[in-house]
Amino acid sequence: MASSLGLGAAVDAGMAAPVAGAPMSYWRTVGWRLRHDRTTLAAGAVLLLIVLSALLAPWLAPHDPSAGSIRLRLASPGTPGHWLGTDEQGRDMLSRLLWGGRMTLLAGLTPVVVAFVVGSALGIAAGFVGRTTNTLIMRTMDIFYAFPSVLLAIAISGALGPGLANTLISLSIVFIPRVVRVAESATVQVKGLEYIAAARVSGAGVAAIVRHHLLANVLGPILVFASTQVSLSIILAAGLSFLGLGVTPPEAEWGLMLNTLRQSIYVNAVVPALPGLAIFATSMAFNLLSDGLRDAMEVRG
Amino acid sequence: MWVYVGRRLLLAIPTLLGASVIVFAMVHLAPGDPIAAVMPAESSAAEIEATKRAYGFDRPLPVQYLVWLGRVAQGDLGRSIATRRPVVLDVRDALANSLVLALSSSLLAFVVGIALGLLSAFRQGRVVDKLCAMLAVIGVSVPHYWAGIILIIIFSVQLNWLPAMGAADDPGLGPYLRHIALPTVALALIPLGVITRVVRSAALDILNQEFVMALRAKGLAARRVFVHVVKNAAPQILTVLGLQFGFQLGGSVLVESVFSWPGTGYLLNLAIFQRDIPVLQGVILVLATFFVLLNLAVDLLQTLIDPRIARH
Repeated sequence: MASSLGLGAAVDAGMAAPVAGAPMSYWRTVGWRLRHDRTTLAAGAVLLLIVLSALLAPWLAPHDPSAGSIRLRLASPGTPGHWLGTDEQGRDMLSRLLWGGRMTLLAGLTPVVVAFVVGSALGIAAGFVGRTTNTLIMRTMDIFYAFPSVLLAIAISGALGPGLANTLISLSIVFIPRVVRVAESATVQVKGLEYIAAARVSGAGVAAIVRHHLLANVLGPILVFASTQVSLSIILAAGLSFLGLGVTPPEAEWGLMLNTLRQSIYVNAVVPALPGLAIFATSMAFNLLSDGLRDAMEVRG
Repeated sequence: MWVYVGRRLLLAIPTLLGASVIVFAMVHLAPGDPIAAVMPAESSAAEIEATKRAYGFDRPLPVQYLVWLGRVAQGDLGRSIATRRPVVLDVRDALANSLVLALSSSLLAFVVGIALGLLSAFRQGRVVDKLCAMLAVIGVSVPHYWAGIILIIIFSVQLNWLPAMGAADDPGLGPYLRHIALPTVALALIPLGVITRVVRSAALDILNQEFVMALRAKGLAARRVFVHVVKNAAPQILTVLGLQFGFQLGGSVLVESVFSWPGTGYLLNLAIFQRDIPVLQGVILVLATFFVLLNLAVDLLQTLIDPRIARH
């Protein structure tokens, strides 16, 4: 970024040392706080377990997630060979939950990552450049705020049709405007601070200011905000496939499993509850973790 | 202040127009031909063309948009491709059902959420505070469609106390309440969690201000201090209540589909699977308009309560 400008590169060398020193102690404090927050640690451990079990599903799953058995339909948890029972087609629930986690996590996390990258770029541009650019970007984002998030996700997915790719598109569209708003207001706030003016007066180029002074102080709050959105994204992603708008059968996905097992609640009341329990546990772990992160980083909101 | 009110009103217009463009664009996002999908399989190409012309699908997009917008402005949302009924009628009936559900669940969430939030703030750090915090996290984390299924499993399947789905066929308040009870609880969970958290932090902000200490120092009764805190936290609480009510109205799609509650969400779901684009557009446009107006009302009400807001 800065290397394209001769001036920026020169300022880079001068500015790097003192700026690099300051955030270190902040991050060390954050790390210390996180290590001493038992709730956050527990949530992090649960989350690690969920993510690992999803990643290792091909090796952990005792059965083929799509191999059914007509003889053993809706077996209760504790059945020999099927710890968590079987679904309405006699497929092993444990294996399907493990494989389903891959899909749900992928569909829930990707939109937030996309929104973090795209939203930060747009929001920081709007906040830093100001004037017409700001108006153009922010008013466009306002339009998306005309729709409640669930409705927007369902409407776009409904128009695009079912499928994982369409879920990712519709959820990214839901989360980008939210990140843009946070990024813009954080940027405007930091831009008004005296040290930015000081850097400008000392002759720092735009690229150097953005890289060393703005990003360091803006990305933290945006990251914390994005982390609070993961749980909602997972609930919405699973919700879309619950409606039949997300991942398509016979793929295992928690929301889709909940949808197909819904008809079976009169036969077996425990098995249909399991996929939802998995969504719940994951979303709660993400929420507790982002709460802990926010407290540790002393970001308000 | 009136300048602010006027500007805020004017700002709502481009937002609504933008929303209408998005809603209009949804038809063209859809893969496949919306007309061909609903025509009988044996219909000829000429028949399909004729229907397309009847619905105006053969004209250039900007023209289609303006014609559509003009009709919408007159309250004409077109006819359902599947049922041929005017969309306005379907949306009106569904909206009434959704409004009732949104109101009942908001009422439940507001009352319980405000009570828990205040309790939490005034007992900061105690066991009650921690329990409320846990409850709030559960509220915002739980997939509400799953919570709805769990409620059905417990209260309809196992205990057989309440009906599992639909609205009441029998007239009278009793059956109606029995049918709306479970969807109300399921839909109230998320706003309950959000409101508890916001009310707690708003009340704590006020409690930590010097004037509260001064009130306490001068020996004001705890009950009177409480009134001061609530009054000062009101604008912030009001904002979250307004927003949450809007979310309830637009966010009930999943819960309505779990309970087959005949509201806008159910209608939307039906429209999506029948690829009934005019109904899809109608529902989303009406809900979005409602949402924008509600946000506007909240903003303006907030300015009335706390004129300082208008100054920046």
